[in-house]
Amino acid sequence: MAKLFASLLIGAVFGLGIAISGMANPAKVLNFFDVAGAWDPSLIFVMGGALVTTALGYRLVFGRRQRPLFDAEFHLPVNKAIDTRLLAGSATFGIGWGIAGFCPGGAIPALGFGGVTVIVFTGAMMIGIVLARSLDGLRRKTGKPF
Amino acid sequence: METSFTPYMSLAGGVLIGLSAVLLMAVNGRIAGMTGIIAGIIPPFSADWPWRIAFLLGAILAPVLFLSAGGAIPYAVPVSLPLLAFGGLVVGVGVYFGAGCTSGHGVCGVARLSPRSIAATLTFMIFTGLTVYVIRHVLGL
Repeated sequence: MAKLFASLLIGAVFGLGIAISGMANPAKVLNFFDVAGAWDPSLIFVMGGALVTTALGYRLVFGRRQRPLFDAEFHLPVNKAIDTRLLAGSATFGIGWGIAGFCPGGAIPALGFGGVTVIVFTGAMMIGIVLARSLDGLRRKTGKPF
Repeated sequence: METSFTPYMSLAGGVLIGLSAVLLMAVNGRIAGMTGIIAGIIPPFSADWPWRIAFLLGAILAPVLFLSAGGAIPYAVPVSLPLLAFGGLVVGVGVYFGAGCTSGHGVCGVARLSPRSIAATLTFMIFTGLTVYVIRHVLGL
């Protein structure tokens, strides 16, 4: 129960951060990438603030703790491969982000106030994940999210 | 559509995003990547789905509370519904095979100096920029 409550609060910090940063606002996100047009550089400050905080905070966490509060171990990605799968997937994500202006982390916090637009995007995104997962049937059998 | 430059709010938001990533690692030992968190609540559910649901609920509720407390969240979607649906589908397929998005690779992975995440982030940033350029300045949509 404590783990669930902590997760709820940590999710709330994330959602508030996304919402006030502008990452949940497709007009702003698309303008950040539109260097040749109505450029709005605000998102540099989002990435800067998030990266510095995370880099320093992770150092503190990994330096001081052997394990997380509510789990036996830190679950860090083990896959180190920079392969076609990673790059083609990331390129595809970029194309979709450029079309819609929403990324997954930008869309979820907008679900409560963004109306039909973000609901359509998020529904389609989840269908896309399901589609990719069934295309990738081999991995599905392992039961892992990816 | 013009949007106003908001360095302070964007910086504050970024710090909160980072704080959330640090706390999720300290408390649950998890990367705060939305792709992974969402993928774990799509059937077949991952075994640890309850904390994922709690995290997502918090992320949805906080902006609603902020708005009802009088806060402002600028929001405009200059994209048609069919294109949003198509873009969403493309994002879903991409983040599945890329195993992450802006939060997981772009924030958590780059902060750990993971070469894999840096490669993914550079790739999607470049392709997002190219896509916006083509849509706005080549196709003129």
